[in-house]
Amino acid sequence: MAKKYTPKELVLNPIFNNNPIALQILGICSALAVTTRLEKSLVMSLAVIFVIAFSSAAVASIRNRIPSSIRIIVQMTIIASLVILVDQFLKAFSYGLSKELSVFVGLIITNCIVMGRAEGFAMQNTVRDSFLDGIGNGLGYSLILLVVGFIRELFGNGTVFNVTVLPKIQMVDGVQTGWYEPNGLMLLSPVAFFIIGFFIWALRTWKTEQIEEA
Amino acid sequence: MDAILDLIRLFLRSAFVENLALVYFLGMCTFLAVSKNVKTALGLGVAVVVVQGITIPVNYLIYDFILKEGAYLFPANLEFLSLICFIGVIAAIVQILEMVLDKYFPALFNTLGIFLPLITVNCAILGGSLFMQQNEYNFTESCVYGVGSGFGWAVAIAALAGIREKITYSDIPKGLRGLGMVFVVVGLMALGFLAFTGI
Repeated sequence: MAKKYTPKELVLNPIFNNNPIALQILGICSALAVTTRLEKSLVMSLAVIFVIAFSSAAVASIRNRIPSSIRIIVQMTIIASLVILVDQFLKAFSYGLSKELSVFVGLIITNCIVMGRAEGFAMQNTVRDSFLDGIGNGLGYSLILLVVGFIRELFGNGTVFNVTVLPKIQMVDGVQTGWYEPNGLMLLSPVAFFIIGFFIWALRTWKTEQIEEA
Repeated sequence: MDAILDLIRLFLRSAFVENLALVYFLGMCTFLAVSKNVKTALGLGVAVVVVQGITIPVNYLIYDFILKEGAYLFPANLEFLSLICFIGVIAAIVQILEMVLDKYFPALFNTLGIFLPLITVNCAILGGSLFMQQNEYNFTESCVYGVGSGFGWAVAIAALAGIREKITYSDIPKGLRGLGMVFVVVGLMALGFLAFTGI
């Protein structure tokens, strides 16, 4: 039988000790392309937290009735329905943002974290535990997304949440204002990899038990 | 002639300029997890090309005949169902492919077999279908796009596997070993692939 978890453990463990991205290599797929601006990262994080939490809860609530041979399809259907909900919601209330996130909202379906939690945790645990576990893993994912989004937006565009922090060099009426020259490289895809790589380095220097041999 | 040139251009673009793995970060989970040696990476790469080449045209047909607004079979706009349809089609095709290979090509099944279930949850496959929908490709284009994007993914994973085999012998700072280093390497590869932009 499943072991007992305290709610605090469930929510906090996946953030640093067992981070889904940094340690389990899950859910990197859709994560990186949306981190050019903090706003996009935030919306994406909220969407993923919502989907993980409710899909885990839904899978957990019918876990004893799913025949194991078709469980993947059942999980997929639950997840896909929730993602469609998020997609339609974004289209209705924030059309511009939904255009910018383009296919990546749909790709939450194949986000390995969602499937991984449904398959690996929700199938053996109670509804409440699975719900909290989903939130925890969603937060772990959000942490990386927000850190990467923050760094990329700040250095790539000089702004945070579209508010100017580092004023860009511009010519206004023949007078130069601002002093920051944006680093365009930050907005290109490779940098996201470097930032995550270095984030993992920092995390593992802090929590040395996560170091891989060889 | 022009049409053929356009298709060749589309193939090159989908394989290199818009490489699914290195530019759009799709299929990263499997990309990082199954790239420890070249042989398995190649096996997975071939499986992706095959599945991608089949699912994207099939999804195109379903989208065009059933889901699209004013479509031939159902005039009502069912576009919001496209996500769930695409993923269903992918899961079904992977399952069918597995059974067909098992029955008629056992040798091929033994090499590709273990990778096929992994592919169902590979974002590159679903992503390919979604890009097909977004860019409004026609049938021939979606066939070419499917094979091209699968090919680009396969090239990327094979190259990464080659690099990782060599990296084992390098002296890397402790915290960066394993996953951290792989991220940095993939970043450098992506930088390299940026050079294709503009072709």
